[in-house]
Amino acid sequence: MAQIGYSKKVLDHFMNPRNVGTIEDADGYGKVGNPVCGDLMEMYIKVKDDIIIDIKFKTFGCGSAIATSSMVTEMAKGMHVDEALKLTRNDVADELEGLPPVKMHCSNLAADALHAAIKDYKKKGGETKEGQ
Amino acid sequence: MKRIYLDHASAMPVDPRVLAFAERYLKSDFGNPSSLHSAGLTAKTAIEDARKKIAELINAEKETCIIFTGCATESNNLAIKGTALRNMGKGKKVAASAIEHISVINPMKELQKSGFEFTVIPVDSIGMVDVEKLNDSLTKDTTVTSIMYANSEIGTIEPIKKISEIVHQKALYLHVDATAAAGRIPIDVQNDGIDLLTLSSNDMYGPQGVGTLYIKPGVRLQTVLPGGGQERGLRSGTENIFAIVGMGEAARIAKDEMRQESERLEEIRDKLIDEITKIEESYLTGHPNQRLPHHASFRFSGIEGESILLNMDMRHNIQIATGSACSSKTLEPSHVLLAIGLKHEEAHGSMVITLGQSNRLEEVPKITEAVKETIERLRQLSPL
Repeated sequence: MAQIGYSKKVLDHFMNPRNVGTIEDADGYGKVGNPVCGDLMEMYIKVKDDIIIDIKFKTFGCGSAIATSSMVTEMAKGMHVDEALKLTRNDVADELEGLPPVKMHCSNLAADALHAAIKDYKKKGGETKEGQ
Repeated sequence: MKRIYLDHASAMPVDPRVLAFAERYLKSDFGNPSSLHSAGLTAKTAIEDARKKIAELINAEKETCIIFTGCATESNNLAIKGTALRNMGKGKKVAASAIEHISVINPMKELQKSGFEFTVIPVDSIGMVDVEKLNDSLTKDTTVTSIMYANSEIGTIEPIKKISEIVHQKALYLHVDATAAAGRIPIDVQNDGIDLLTLSSNDMYGPQGVGTLYIKPGVRLQTVLPGGGQERGLRSGTENIFAIVGMGEAARIAKDEMRQESERLEEIRDKLIDEITKIEESYLTGHPNQRLPHHASFRFSGIEGESILLNMDMRHNIQIATGSACSSKTLEPSHVLLAIGLKHEEAHGSMVITLGQSNRLEEVPKITEAVKETIERLRQLSPL
């Protein structure tokens, strides 16, 4: 069975990723990475009263790219957007019981994708969008 | 779930017959071949017997053409650095194809630092060495040219005989890394016109920890590992008798059974290629028919190879390999896939299957289903 230095939790999130998909009327959308580098992540968020009420992702990439995407959606769901903006790559890696050192930078972009989605939400006017 | 192991290019089990044959050289016949007493003589005799079997596998002129080393990497280093340094008076150029193993490329890069010129010979989109470029690149200063017999990542078999003609017209020595090919397809160093040939024990069901270098009579090279003078002074160090004897027996079995076994694996390979290339946006990599009998390699659009490997392993208990950057230490995609002209994003989605003794034709549907499920699942996750 595969090891490559991945924790059980990483493998669990890879095998059973949470919150896969897209949100058609998303309030925020973020995209980071590049297929040339082997990782591309898209993050969709639905926000109500500045709280992330729904979140979905799509990821092209290695095991840790998929696992970190899944993990960050679980962490961010129900969070205030400003709180979610404070989530770091290290927080995601810690929550997954660590990532192999070589993977810490290249495929640990999930927090960046989340931040991009939140910034997109804020750019669109944040909570003023509510009630539209 | 029963395991289906499809990564024989990475590691192979030792053939039980090999183990049975060589075991006593760990337990009772453990003498040092350099000792003059009877225990030493027993070990020495066993090593010479292994040398003979390996010489027979590749039709070497004499047993003494075979030098035992620690592994194929060491054989490649000895072949390249040994000849380049010994023949510096004739020229300071070396050449290799763009798809050589890293243990060929890195010694050549190291020679570059000592003032050698290193020429890389390109390959086409199915991995065949560009013989015209080879012809144009080589000069009388090129002391060693290294071209592999067959590639372990894309399965392509190179036209060694033709390459040998060019090398010997224009330059000095041809070194051939036959790690992936030995025991799979017939190799005849005399007929093929090979000066130096690398073999690996574990790549033909022998124990790990031993390789050989064939050196044609008259080829001049110097050691890269000086010491007690074993192996004609070309590779010092007390012999790994168990592994050497095992490699000899593995070579004998390969010679006897290669044809039949390769035909058996070819049938499985062709079936797998047929089925897997039916998947949307899946492509065979390497040569469509001039390829190793046990080798099937692919790439899939929109997904990444490490994820393929993990999903195949964890969900289906099937072990495959990938040339994806994400599974490498350097985070660079396989240089072989880039050399055949794949873009980075294409090289990321590769899968390599190498069959072996344990595989059966009846496994094909299960493997195909597993690949389909894997590709489908990862594509559902992918934004591409």
